[in-house]
Amino acid sequence: MGFISQHSVLVASVIKIAVLLFIVMTALAYLTWFERKVVARIQSRWGPYYVGAHGLLQPLADGLKFLFKEDFTPPASDKLVYFLAPFLALTLALTAIALIPFGPPTVHFLNGQQVFLVSNIDIGLIFLFAITSMGVYGVALAGWSSNSKYPLLGGLRSSAQMISYEVSLTISVVGVLLLAGTLNFNGIIEGQSGYWLGFFPRWHFVPQIVGFACYLTAAIAETNRVPFDLPEAETELVAGFHTEYSSFKFAMFFMAEYANMITVSCLATILFFGGWLSPFPASWHWQLYLPGAGLVALGIYCAIDSATRMRGIARLQLGVVAVLALGLGALCLMPWAAPYVQGPFWFTLKVLVFLFFYVWVRGTLPRFRYDQLMSFGWKLLLPVSLANLVITALVLVFPAFTRHA
Amino acid sequence: MMGPLIVFFACAVLAVAGAILLILAREPIHSALSLILVMVALAILYLLLGAEFISAVQIIVYAGAVMVLFVFVIMLLNFGVEERTDFSKLAKYVGVPLGFFLLIEVARWLYESRIGSVVASGAGTVTVAASTRDLSAELFRQYLFNFEATSILILVAILGALVLARKSQ
Repeated sequence: MGFISQHSVLVASVIKIAVLLFIVMTALAYLTWFERKVVARIQSRWGPYYVGAHGLLQPLADGLKFLFKEDFTPPASDKLVYFLAPFLALTLALTAIALIPFGPPTVHFLNGQQVFLVSNIDIGLIFLFAITSMGVYGVALAGWSSNSKYPLLGGLRSSAQMISYEVSLTISVVGVLLLAGTLNFNGIIEGQSGYWLGFFPRWHFVPQIVGFACYLTAAIAETNRVPFDLPEAETELVAGFHTEYSSFKFAMFFMAEYANMITVSCLATILFFGGWLSPFPASWHWQLYLPGAGLVALGIYCAIDSATRMRGIARLQLGVVAVLALGLGALCLMPWAAPYVQGPFWFTLKVLVFLFFYVWVRGTLPRFRYDQLMSFGWKLLLPVSLANLVITALVLVFPAFTRHA
Repeated sequence: MMGPLIVFFACAVLAVAGAILLILAREPIHSALSLILVMVALAILYLLLGAEFISAVQIIVYAGAVMVLFVFVIMLLNFGVEERTDFSKLAKYVGVPLGFFLLIEVARWLYESRIGSVVASGAGTVTVAASTRDLSAELFRQYLFNFEATSILILVAILGALVLARKSQ
Protein backbone atom coordinates (compact mmCIF):
# COMPACT_ATOMS: atom_id res chain seq x y z
CA MET A 1 0.00 0.00 0.00
CA GLY A 2 2.68 2.45 1.08
CA PHE A 3 4.92 1.32 -1.75
CA ILE A 4 2.21 1.77 -4.37
CA SER A 5 1.23 5.25 -3.20
CA GLN A 6 4.87 6.32 -2.98
CA HIS A 7 5.93 4.97 -6.33
CA SER A 8 2.65 5.37 -8.20
CA VAL A 9 4.44 6.58 -11.36
CA LEU A 10 6.68 3.52 -11.42
CA VAL A 11 3.94 1.01 -10.63
CA ALA A 12 1.48 2.60 -13.07
CA SER A 13 4.13 2.70 -15.81
CA VAL A 14 5.03 -0.96 -15.38
CA ILE A 15 1.36 -1.98 -15.49
CA LYS A 16 0.69 0.18 -18.55
CA ILE A 17 3.78 -1.07 -20.38
CA ALA A 18 2.85 -4.71 -19.73
CA VAL A 19 -0.74 -4.24 -20.89
CA LEU A 20 0.28 -2.17 -23.91
CA LEU A 21 2.92 -4.72 -24.93
CA PHE A 22 0.37 -7.52 -24.75
CA ILE A 23 -2.16 -5.55 -26.81
CA VAL A 24 0.40 -4.44 -29.40
CA MET A 25 1.84 -7.94 -29.83
CA THR A 26 -1.65 -9.37 -30.33
CA ALA A 27 -2.48 -6.54 -32.72
CA LEU A 28 0.72 -7.24 -34.69
CA ALA A 29 -0.18 -10.91 -35.02
CA TYR A 30 -3.71 -10.20 -36.16
CA LEU A 31 -2.59 -7.40 -38.46
CA THR A 32 -0.90 -10.09 -40.59
CA TRP A 33 -4.20 -12.00 -40.64
CA PHE A 34 -6.07 -8.80 -41.54
CA GLU A 35 -3.64 -8.01 -44.34
CA ARG A 36 -3.80 -11.49 -45.84
CA LYS A 37 -7.58 -11.53 -45.70
CA VAL A 38 -7.98 -8.10 -47.31
CA VAL A 39 -5.38 -8.76 -50.02
CA ALA A 40 -7.05 -12.11 -50.68
CA ARG A 41 -10.41 -10.37 -51.10
CA ILE A 42 -8.86 -7.86 -53.51
CA GLN A 43 -7.37 -10.73 -55.54
CA SER A 44 -10.54 -12.88 -55.39
CA ARG A 45 -9.03 -15.55 -53.13
CA TRP A 46 -10.02 -16.94 -49.73
CA GLY A 47 -6.82 -16.17 -47.86
CA PRO A 48 -6.03 -18.14 -44.68
CA TYR A 49 -8.99 -20.40 -44.03
CA TYR A 50 -8.02 -23.77 -42.58
CA VAL A 51 -6.26 -23.01 -39.27
CA GLY A 52 -9.15 -22.04 -37.04
CA ALA A 53 -12.45 -20.59 -38.23
CA HIS A 54 -11.74 -18.09 -41.02
CA GLY A 55 -8.02 -18.70 -40.40
CA LEU A 56 -8.22 -16.94 -37.03
CA LEU A 57 -5.56 -19.19 -35.50
CA GLN A 58 -3.17 -18.68 -38.43
CA PRO A 59 -1.08 -15.99 -36.61
CA LEU A 60 -0.58 -18.42 -33.71
CA ALA A 61 0.51 -21.18 -36.09
CA ASP A 62 2.89 -18.78 -37.86
CA GLY A 63 4.39 -17.72 -34.53
CA LEU A 64 5.01 -21.36 -33.54
CA LYS A 65 6.49 -22.07 -36.97
CA PHE A 66 8.93 -19.17 -36.58
CA LEU A 67 9.94 -20.39 -33.12
CA PHE A 68 10.65 -23.98 -34.18
CA LYS A 69 12.37 -23.38 -37.50
CA GLU A 70 16.11 -23.80 -37.75
CA ASP A 71 17.86 -20.58 -36.76
CA PHE A 72 20.67 -20.44 -39.29
CA THR A 73 23.47 -17.90 -38.89
CA PRO A 74 25.69 -17.34 -41.94
CA PRO A 75 29.25 -18.33 -40.93
CA ALA A 76 30.79 -15.28 -42.62
CA SER A 77 28.51 -12.80 -40.89
CA ASP A 78 29.55 -10.30 -38.26
CA LYS A 79 27.94 -12.12 -35.32
CA LEU A 80 27.48 -9.21 -32.91
CA VAL A 81 25.92 -6.83 -35.43
CA TYR A 82 23.96 -9.69 -37.02
CA PHE A 83 22.26 -10.39 -33.69
CA LEU A 84 21.95 -6.73 -32.75
CA ALA A 85 20.09 -5.62 -35.90
CA PRO A 86 16.72 -7.41 -35.40
CA PHE A 87 16.67 -6.50 -31.69
CA LEU A 88 17.32 -2.86 -32.54
CA ALA A 89 14.59 -2.83 -35.18
CA LEU A 90 11.92 -4.38 -32.94
CA THR A 91 12.86 -2.50 -29.74
CA LEU A 92 12.76 0.91 -31.39
CA ALA A 93 9.51 0.11 -33.18
CA LEU A 94 7.84 -0.95 -29.92
CA THR A 95 9.28 1.93 -27.86
CA ALA A 96 7.73 4.49 -30.18
CA ILE A 97 4.24 3.22 -29.33
CA ALA A 98 4.76 4.16 -25.65
CA LEU A 99 4.38 7.83 -26.61
CA ILE A 100 0.97 7.44 -28.27
CA PRO A 101 -2.10 8.58 -26.29
CA PHE A 102 -4.96 6.14 -26.93
CA GLY A 103 -7.57 8.07 -24.99
CA PRO A 104 -8.31 11.34 -23.20
CA PRO A 105 -5.92 12.37 -20.36
CA THR A 106 -8.90 12.92 -18.03
CA VAL A 107 -9.20 9.21 -17.18
CA HIS A 108 -7.01 8.36 -14.18
CA PHE A 109 -6.01 5.49 -11.91
CA LEU A 110 -3.48 5.04 -9.06
CA ASN A 111 -3.13 8.61 -7.68
CA GLY A 112 -3.92 10.44 -10.88
CA GLN A 113 -1.84 8.49 -13.40
CA GLN A 114 -3.21 8.67 -16.94
CA VAL A 115 -4.70 5.40 -18.14
CA PHE A 116 -4.28 5.71 -21.88
CA LEU A 117 -0.73 7.06 -22.20
CA VAL A 118 2.49 5.45 -20.98
CA SER A 119 4.73 8.49 -21.21
CA ASN A 120 3.36 12.02 -21.27
CA ILE A 121 6.35 13.99 -22.54
CA ASP A 122 6.01 17.70 -23.21
CA ILE A 123 7.62 17.29 -26.63
CA GLY A 124 6.12 13.92 -27.52
CA LEU A 125 6.28 14.44 -31.27
CA ILE A 126 9.99 15.26 -31.33
CA PHE A 127 10.70 12.24 -29.15
CA LEU A 128 8.73 10.04 -31.49
CA PHE A 129 10.80 11.29 -34.41
CA ALA A 130 13.97 10.76 -32.35
CA ILE A 131 13.07 7.12 -31.80
CA THR A 132 11.89 6.42 -35.34
CA SER A 133 14.93 8.15 -36.85
CA MET A 134 17.05 5.43 -35.25
CA GLY A 135 14.98 2.76 -37.00
CA VAL A 136 17.21 2.93 -40.07
CA TYR A 137 19.97 1.13 -38.18
CA GLY A 138 18.03 -2.11 -37.89
CA VAL A 139 17.74 -2.37 -41.66
CA ALA A 140 21.16 -0.97 -42.58
CA LEU A 141 23.07 -3.10 -40.07
CA ALA A 142 21.14 -6.23 -41.02
CA GLY A 143 22.14 -5.67 -44.64
CA TRP A 144 25.77 -5.06 -43.82
CA SER A 145 26.34 -7.77 -41.21
CA SER A 146 24.95 -10.60 -43.35
CA ASN A 147 28.11 -10.27 -45.46
CA SER A 148 26.33 -11.15 -48.66
CA LYS A 149 25.58 -9.31 -51.89
CA TYR A 150 21.81 -8.95 -51.92
CA PRO A 151 21.34 -7.96 -48.28
CA LEU A 152 24.04 -5.30 -48.65
CA LEU A 153 22.35 -3.80 -51.71
CA GLY A 154 18.97 -4.02 -49.97
CA GLY A 155 20.34 -2.34 -46.84
CA LEU A 156 21.93 0.44 -48.90
CA ARG A 157 18.77 1.09 -50.88
CA SER A 158 16.70 1.07 -47.76
CA SER A 159 18.91 3.51 -45.82
CA ALA A 160 18.98 5.89 -48.78
CA GLN A 161 15.21 5.67 -49.10
CA MET A 162 14.51 6.13 -45.41
CA ILE A 163 16.85 9.13 -45.12
CA SER A 164 15.28 10.77 -48.19
CA TYR A 165 11.68 10.33 -47.14
CA GLU A 166 12.27 11.20 -43.51
CA VAL A 167 12.91 14.80 -44.63
CA SER A 168 9.53 15.11 -46.34
CA LEU A 169 7.81 13.26 -43.50
CA THR A 170 9.13 15.68 -40.88
CA ILE A 171 8.46 18.82 -42.91
CA SER A 172 4.91 17.77 -43.79
CA VAL A 173 4.17 17.51 -40.05
CA VAL A 174 5.47 21.01 -39.23
CA GLY A 175 2.36 22.58 -40.82
CA VAL A 176 0.23 20.83 -38.20
CA LEU A 177 2.60 21.98 -35.47
CA LEU A 178 2.17 25.59 -36.60
CA LEU A 179 -1.61 25.21 -36.34
CA ALA A 180 -1.47 23.41 -32.99
CA GLY A 181 1.24 25.52 -31.34
CA THR A 182 2.39 22.59 -29.19
CA LEU A 183 4.49 19.44 -29.48
CA ASN A 184 2.49 17.52 -26.90
CA PHE A 185 0.23 14.85 -28.44
CA ASN A 186 -2.71 15.50 -26.10
CA GLY A 187 -2.34 19.24 -26.75
CA ILE A 188 -2.41 18.67 -30.51
CA ILE A 189 -5.52 16.52 -30.19
CA GLU A 190 -7.33 18.93 -27.86
CA GLY A 191 -6.56 21.75 -30.30
CA GLN A 192 -8.68 19.93 -32.88
CA SER A 193 -11.86 19.87 -30.77
CA GLY A 194 -14.86 21.87 -31.91
CA TYR A 195 -16.92 21.79 -35.11
CA TRP A 196 -17.42 23.74 -38.30
CA LEU A 197 -21.09 24.47 -39.05
CA GLY A 198 -21.99 22.67 -35.83
CA PHE A 199 -21.26 19.14 -37.01
CA PHE A 200 -18.11 18.94 -39.15
CA PRO A 201 -15.09 18.21 -36.88
CA ARG A 202 -12.29 20.81 -36.95
CA TRP A 203 -9.59 18.28 -37.64
CA HIS A 204 -6.31 19.34 -39.15
CA PHE A 205 -6.68 17.35 -42.34
CA VAL A 206 -8.96 20.03 -43.80
CA PRO A 207 -6.55 23.01 -43.64
CA GLN A 208 -3.57 20.67 -44.02
CA ILE A 209 -4.85 18.46 -46.84
CA VAL A 210 -1.60 18.88 -48.81
CA GLY A 211 0.49 18.17 -45.72
CA PHE A 212 -1.64 15.10 -45.06
CA ALA A 213 -1.10 13.77 -48.59
CA CYS A 214 2.67 14.32 -48.25
CA TYR A 215 2.70 12.69 -44.82
CA LEU A 216 0.82 9.62 -45.98
CA THR A 217 3.08 9.10 -49.01
CA ALA A 218 6.27 9.65 -47.05
CA ALA A 219 5.01 7.39 -44.26
CA ILE A 220 4.42 4.49 -46.62
CA ALA A 221 7.94 4.95 -48.00
CA GLU A 222 9.36 5.26 -44.49
CA THR A 223 7.90 1.92 -43.45
CA ASN A 224 9.20 0.22 -46.63
CA ARG A 225 5.78 -0.85 -47.82
CA VAL A 226 4.40 -1.32 -51.32
CA PRO A 227 4.76 0.65 -53.64
CA PHE A 228 8.01 1.74 -51.97
CA ASP A 229 9.24 -1.69 -50.85
CA LEU A 230 12.38 -1.62 -52.99
CA PRO A 231 14.61 -2.91 -50.20
CA GLU A 232 12.75 -6.19 -50.57
CA ALA A 233 12.14 -6.25 -54.34
CA GLU A 234 12.14 -10.03 -54.87
CA THR A 235 12.96 -9.99 -58.56
CA GLU A 236 16.10 -7.93 -58.00
CA LEU A 237 17.25 -8.57 -54.44
CA VAL A 238 15.72 -11.92 -53.29
CA ALA A 239 14.40 -10.62 -49.93
CA GLY A 240 16.62 -7.56 -49.50
CA PHE A 241 18.15 -6.85 -46.12
CA HIS A 242 16.65 -9.89 -44.40
CA THR A 243 17.65 -12.49 -46.99
CA GLU A 244 20.09 -14.16 -44.59
CA TYR A 245 17.75 -14.07 -41.60
CA SER A 246 15.69 -17.08 -40.65
CA SER A 247 13.44 -18.29 -37.86
CA PHE A 248 12.59 -15.84 -35.12
CA LYS A 249 15.11 -13.18 -36.13
CA PHE A 250 13.23 -12.88 -39.40
CA ALA A 251 9.98 -12.73 -37.43
CA MET A 252 11.41 -9.81 -35.43
CA PHE A 253 11.96 -7.79 -38.61
CA PHE A 254 8.48 -8.72 -39.70
CA MET A 255 6.99 -7.58 -36.39
CA ALA A 256 9.04 -4.36 -36.48
CA GLU A 257 7.63 -3.53 -39.92
CA TYR A 258 4.07 -4.02 -38.71
CA ALA A 259 4.74 -2.10 -35.48
CA ASN A 260 6.05 0.78 -37.58
CA MET A 261 2.88 0.63 -39.66
CA ILE A 262 0.83 0.94 -36.48
CA THR A 263 2.95 3.85 -35.17
CA VAL A 264 2.69 5.75 -38.43
CA SER A 265 -1.07 5.20 -38.57
CA CYS A 266 -1.42 6.36 -34.95
CA LEU A 267 0.58 9.48 -35.77
CA ALA A 268 -1.60 10.24 -38.81
CA THR A 269 -4.68 9.83 -36.60
CA ILE A 270 -3.31 12.16 -33.92
CA LEU A 271 -1.96 14.87 -36.20
CA PHE A 272 -4.64 15.05 -38.88
CA PHE A 273 -7.75 13.25 -37.64
CA GLY A 274 -8.28 14.37 -34.07
CA GLY A 275 -6.83 11.33 -32.26
CA TRP A 276 -9.30 10.05 -29.68
CA LEU A 277 -11.88 12.80 -30.39
CA SER A 278 -15.26 11.65 -31.60
CA PRO A 279 -16.31 12.85 -35.07
CA PHE A 280 -19.78 13.69 -33.72
CA PRO A 281 -20.74 16.62 -31.44
CA ALA A 282 -21.06 15.72 -27.76
CA SER A 283 -24.81 16.45 -27.86
CA TRP A 284 -25.40 13.42 -30.09
CA HIS A 285 -25.81 10.95 -27.23
CA TRP A 286 -26.40 7.87 -29.34
CA GLN A 287 -22.68 7.78 -30.16
CA LEU A 288 -22.08 6.53 -26.60
CA TYR A 289 -23.73 3.25 -27.61
CA LEU A 290 -21.74 2.81 -30.84
CA PRO A 291 -18.79 0.75 -29.46
CA GLY A 292 -21.11 -1.64 -27.60
CA ALA A 293 -23.54 -1.88 -30.50
CA GLY A 294 -20.71 -2.58 -32.95
CA LEU A 295 -19.32 -5.39 -30.80
CA VAL A 296 -22.78 -6.90 -30.25
CA ALA A 297 -23.41 -6.81 -34.01
CA LEU A 298 -20.07 -8.55 -34.58
CA GLY A 299 -21.01 -11.16 -31.97
CA ILE A 300 -24.39 -11.83 -33.58
CA TYR A 301 -22.79 -12.12 -37.02
CA CYS A 302 -20.21 -14.61 -35.68
CA ALA A 303 -22.94 -16.60 -33.92
CA ILE A 304 -25.04 -16.86 -37.10
CA ASP A 305 -21.97 -17.69 -39.17
CA SER A 306 -20.90 -20.35 -36.69
CA ALA A 307 -24.36 -21.93 -36.64
CA THR A 308 -24.94 -21.93 -40.39
CA ARG A 309 -21.61 -22.27 -42.23
CA MET A 310 -19.03 -23.77 -39.86
CA ARG A 311 -18.47 -27.47 -39.22
CA GLY A 312 -16.77 -29.34 -36.39
CA ILE A 313 -14.14 -27.55 -34.29
CA ALA A 314 -14.42 -24.35 -36.35
CA ARG A 315 -18.02 -23.98 -35.15
CA LEU A 316 -16.81 -24.08 -31.53
CA GLN A 317 -14.00 -21.58 -32.22
CA LEU A 318 -16.27 -19.06 -33.88
CA GLY A 319 -18.79 -19.60 -31.08
CA VAL A 320 -16.13 -18.58 -28.55
CA VAL A 321 -15.40 -15.44 -30.60
CA ALA A 322 -19.14 -14.68 -30.70
CA VAL A 323 -19.51 -15.06 -26.92
CA LEU A 324 -16.44 -12.86 -26.30
CA ALA A 325 -17.71 -10.14 -28.64
CA LEU A 326 -21.20 -10.25 -27.10
CA GLY A 327 -19.79 -10.10 -23.55
CA LEU A 328 -17.43 -7.20 -24.36
CA GLY A 329 -20.24 -5.42 -26.19
CA ALA A 330 -22.53 -5.79 -23.18
CA LEU A 331 -19.76 -4.39 -20.94
CA CYS A 332 -19.27 -1.43 -23.27
CA LEU A 333 -23.02 -0.69 -23.18
CA MET A 334 -22.89 -0.14 -19.39
CA PRO A 335 -23.20 3.60 -18.63
CA TRP A 336 -20.09 3.66 -16.37
CA ALA A 337 -17.91 2.21 -19.13
CA ALA A 338 -18.48 5.11 -21.55
CA PRO A 339 -15.52 7.33 -20.50
CA TYR A 340 -13.16 4.34 -20.67
CA VAL A 341 -14.42 3.12 -24.03
CA GLN A 342 -15.20 6.23 -26.09
CA GLY A 343 -11.65 7.58 -26.62
CA PRO A 344 -9.91 4.28 -27.42
CA PHE A 345 -12.86 3.24 -29.63
CA TRP A 346 -12.57 6.23 -31.96
CA PHE A 347 -8.79 6.08 -31.90
CA THR A 348 -8.73 2.40 -32.83
CA LEU A 349 -11.33 2.90 -35.53
CA LYS A 350 -9.33 5.67 -37.21
CA VAL A 351 -6.08 3.69 -36.97
CA LEU A 352 -7.86 0.69 -38.51
CA VAL A 353 -8.94 2.86 -41.44
CA PHE A 354 -5.31 3.82 -42.05
CA LEU A 355 -4.14 0.22 -41.76
CA PHE A 356 -6.81 -0.78 -44.26
CA PHE A 357 -5.52 1.96 -46.57
CA TYR A 358 -2.02 0.48 -46.28
CA VAL A 359 -3.25 -2.96 -47.28
CA TRP A 360 -5.47 -1.53 -50.01
CA VAL A 361 -2.49 0.29 -51.56
CA ARG A 362 -0.48 -2.92 -51.36
CA GLY A 363 -3.16 -4.83 -53.18
CA THR A 364 -3.49 -2.17 -55.89
CA LEU A 365 -0.23 -0.48 -56.85
CA PRO A 366 2.87 -1.92 -58.55
CA ARG A 367 6.37 -1.17 -57.28
CA PHE A 368 8.33 1.97 -58.20
CA ARG A 369 11.63 1.79 -60.01
CA TYR A 370 14.55 2.95 -57.87
CA ASP A 371 15.36 6.15 -59.81
CA GLN A 372 11.64 7.01 -59.92
CA LEU A 373 11.52 6.60 -56.15
CA MET A 374 14.41 8.95 -55.55
CA SER A 375 13.29 11.64 -57.99
CA PHE A 376 9.74 11.41 -56.63
CA GLY A 377 10.96 11.92 -53.07
CA TRP A 378 13.38 14.77 -53.71
CA LYS A 379 11.87 16.55 -56.70
CA LEU A 380 8.16 16.32 -55.97
CA LEU A 381 7.39 15.39 -52.38
CA LEU A 382 9.96 17.65 -50.70
CA PRO A 383 9.12 20.85 -52.67
CA VAL A 384 5.39 20.29 -52.15
CA SER A 385 5.73 19.79 -48.40
CA LEU A 386 8.04 22.81 -48.17
CA ALA A 387 5.52 24.94 -50.10
CA ASN A 388 2.78 23.70 -47.77
CA LEU A 389 4.87 24.75 -44.78
CA VAL A 390 5.62 28.21 -46.18
CA ILE A 391 1.98 28.87 -47.12
CA THR A 392 0.73 27.71 -43.71
CA ALA A 393 3.24 29.97 -41.98
CA LEU A 394 2.25 32.96 -44.16
CA VAL A 395 -1.45 32.43 -43.48
CA LEU A 396 -0.77 32.26 -39.75
CA VAL A 397 1.47 35.34 -39.72
CA PHE A 398 -0.97 37.54 -41.65
CA PRO A 399 -4.30 37.12 -39.84
CA ALA A 400 -6.08 38.91 -42.71
CA PHE A 401 -6.16 35.55 -44.51
CA THR A 402 -7.88 33.70 -41.71
CA ARG A 403 -11.55 34.40 -41.20
CA HIS A 404 -11.82 33.01 -37.69
CA ALA A 405 -8.81 33.96 -35.59
CA MET B 1 16.37 9.52 -5.20
CA MET B 2 18.29 6.32 -6.02
CA GLY B 3 16.75 5.89 -9.47
CA PRO B 4 18.33 8.89 -11.25
CA LEU B 5 21.69 8.09 -9.62
CA ILE B 6 21.65 4.53 -10.96
CA VAL B 7 20.65 5.77 -14.42
CA PHE B 8 23.38 8.42 -14.30
CA PHE B 9 26.15 5.96 -13.48
CA ALA B 10 24.88 3.39 -15.97
CA CYS B 11 24.86 6.00 -18.76
CA ALA B 12 28.18 7.49 -17.71
CA VAL B 13 29.82 4.07 -17.81
CA LEU B 14 28.18 3.33 -21.17
CA ALA B 15 29.34 6.66 -22.63
CA VAL B 16 32.94 6.15 -21.52
CA ALA B 17 32.95 2.50 -22.60
CA GLY B 18 31.54 3.51 -25.99
CA ALA B 19 34.21 6.16 -26.42
CA ILE B 20 36.99 3.67 -25.61
CA LEU B 21 35.49 1.03 -27.92
CA LEU B 22 35.26 3.63 -30.68
CA ILE B 23 39.05 3.93 -30.69
CA LEU B 24 39.86 0.27 -30.07
CA ALA B 25 37.42 -1.33 -32.54
CA ARG B 26 39.10 -2.52 -35.73
CA GLU B 27 35.97 -2.80 -37.83
CA PRO B 28 34.79 0.68 -38.98
CA ILE B 29 31.13 -0.25 -38.43
CA HIS B 30 31.86 -1.24 -34.83
CA SER B 31 33.50 2.16 -34.30
CA ALA B 32 30.40 3.87 -35.73
CA LEU B 33 28.14 1.78 -33.47
CA SER B 34 30.23 2.72 -30.42
CA LEU B 35 29.86 6.37 -31.33
CA ILE B 36 26.07 5.92 -31.55
CA LEU B 37 26.19 4.36 -28.08
CA VAL B 38 28.01 7.45 -26.78
CA MET B 39 25.42 9.75 -28.39
CA VAL B 40 22.47 7.87 -26.92
CA ALA B 41 24.05 7.68 -23.45
CA LEU B 42 24.67 11.45 -23.57
CA ALA B 43 21.05 12.01 -24.66
CA ILE B 44 19.85 10.09 -21.60
CA LEU B 45 22.15 12.19 -19.39
CA TYR B 46 20.58 15.35 -20.88
CA LEU B 47 17.17 13.87 -20.11
CA LEU B 48 18.23 13.40 -16.47
CA LEU B 49 19.10 17.11 -16.34
CA GLY B 50 15.55 17.94 -17.46
CA ALA B 51 16.64 19.12 -20.91
CA GLU B 52 14.09 17.12 -22.93
CA PHE B 53 14.48 19.13 -26.10
CA ILE B 54 18.27 19.01 -26.18
CA SER B 55 18.10 15.29 -25.52
CA ALA B 56 15.69 14.66 -28.40
CA VAL B 57 17.68 16.87 -30.76
CA GLN B 58 20.87 15.07 -29.75
CA ILE B 59 19.33 11.78 -30.86
CA ILE B 60 17.69 13.14 -34.03
CA VAL B 61 20.69 15.07 -35.30
CA TYR B 62 23.62 12.94 -34.19
CA ALA B 63 22.33 9.40 -33.79
CA GLY B 64 19.52 9.65 -36.35
CA ALA B 65 21.09 11.71 -39.13
CA VAL B 66 24.87 12.19 -38.89
CA MET B 67 25.67 8.64 -37.81
CA VAL B 68 23.24 7.14 -40.33
CA LEU B 69 25.24 8.87 -43.06
CA PHE B 70 28.48 7.56 -41.51
CA VAL B 71 27.14 4.02 -41.49
CA PHE B 72 25.81 4.49 -45.01
CA VAL B 73 29.19 5.63 -46.34
CA ILE B 74 31.03 2.83 -44.53
CA MET B 75 28.62 0.30 -46.07
CA LEU B 76 28.89 1.88 -49.50
CA LEU B 77 32.67 1.87 -49.58
CA ASN B 78 32.86 -1.48 -47.77
CA PHE B 79 36.16 -0.86 -45.99
CA GLY B 80 38.13 -3.85 -44.84
CA VAL B 81 39.33 -4.35 -41.33
CA GLU B 82 41.50 -1.53 -40.11
CA GLU B 83 45.23 -2.30 -40.17
CA ARG B 84 47.08 -1.86 -36.94
CA THR B 85 50.38 -0.04 -37.03
CA ASP B 86 52.92 0.07 -34.24
CA PHE B 87 52.70 3.23 -32.22
CA SER B 88 55.03 5.87 -33.54
CA LYS B 89 57.90 6.54 -31.18
CA LEU B 90 56.70 10.10 -30.59
CA ALA B 91 53.22 8.93 -29.58
CA LYS B 92 54.62 6.18 -27.35
CA TYR B 93 57.16 8.20 -25.36
CA VAL B 94 55.63 11.70 -25.42
CA GLY B 95 51.92 11.34 -26.26
CA VAL B 96 50.90 8.74 -23.68
CA PRO B 97 52.54 10.48 -20.69
CA LEU B 98 51.17 13.84 -21.83
CA GLY B 99 47.69 12.33 -22.11
CA PHE B 100 47.87 10.99 -18.59
CA PHE B 101 49.20 14.32 -17.39
CA LEU B 102 46.22 16.11 -18.96
CA LEU B 103 43.78 13.66 -17.37
CA ILE B 104 45.31 14.10 -13.92
CA GLU B 105 45.38 17.86 -14.32
CA VAL B 106 41.69 18.02 -15.30
CA ALA B 107 40.77 15.76 -12.38
CA ARG B 108 42.80 17.93 -9.99
CA TRP B 109 41.17 21.08 -11.32
CA LEU B 110 37.68 19.60 -10.93
CA TYR B 111 38.55 18.42 -7.42
CA GLU B 112 39.86 21.80 -6.27
CA SER B 113 37.41 24.07 -8.10
CA ARG B 114 34.05 25.09 -6.71
CA ILE B 115 32.11 23.18 -9.39
CA GLY B 116 32.54 19.84 -7.64
CA SER B 117 31.34 21.04 -4.25
CA VAL B 118 28.48 23.05 -5.76
CA VAL B 119 27.22 20.07 -7.73
CA ALA B 120 27.62 17.78 -4.73
CA SER B 121 25.64 20.12 -2.48
CA GLY B 122 22.89 20.32 -5.07
CA ALA B 123 22.90 24.12 -5.04
CA GLY B 124 23.75 24.45 -8.72
CA THR B 125 21.01 22.21 -10.04
CA VAL B 126 18.44 23.88 -12.25
CA THR B 127 15.14 23.88 -10.42
CA VAL B 128 12.97 25.10 -13.29
CA ALA B 129 13.35 22.94 -16.38
CA ALA B 130 13.45 25.25 -19.40
CA SER B 131 10.51 24.41 -21.64
CA THR B 132 10.86 24.09 -25.38
CA ARG B 133 8.82 27.26 -25.74
CA ASP B 134 11.28 29.30 -23.62
CA LEU B 135 14.20 27.82 -25.48
CA SER B 136 12.78 28.73 -28.89
CA ALA B 137 11.89 32.25 -27.70
CA GLU B 138 15.52 32.78 -26.61
CA LEU B 139 16.86 31.22 -29.79
CA PHE B 140 14.72 33.28 -32.18
CA ARG B 141 14.82 36.60 -30.30
CA GLN B 142 18.04 37.11 -28.37
CA TYR B 143 20.27 34.76 -30.34
CA LEU B 144 18.65 35.18 -33.75
CA PHE B 145 21.79 36.52 -35.40
CA ASN B 146 23.95 33.65 -34.14
CA PHE B 147 21.28 31.18 -35.23
CA GLU B 148 21.08 32.55 -38.77
CA ALA B 149 24.86 32.86 -39.01
CA THR B 150 25.19 29.17 -38.10
CA SER B 151 22.61 28.24 -40.73
CA ILE B 152 24.55 30.17 -43.41
CA LEU B 153 27.77 28.52 -42.29
CA ILE B 154 26.19 25.07 -42.71
CA LEU B 155 24.79 26.08 -46.11
CA VAL B 156 28.24 27.19 -47.25
CA ALA B 157 29.66 23.88 -46.04
CA ILE B 158 27.02 21.96 -48.04
CA LEU B 159 27.78 23.99 -51.17
CA GLY B 160 31.50 23.40 -50.65
CA ALA B 161 30.93 19.65 -50.38
CA LEU B 162 28.87 19.77 -53.60
CA VAL B 163 31.59 21.65 -55.48
CA LEU B 164 34.26 19.24 -54.24
CA ALA B 165 32.23 16.15 -55.05
CA ARG B 166 31.28 17.26 -58.58
CA LYS B 167 33.34 15.80 -61.34
CA SER B 168 35.24 18.45 -63.28
CA GLN B 169 33.78 18.89 -66.73
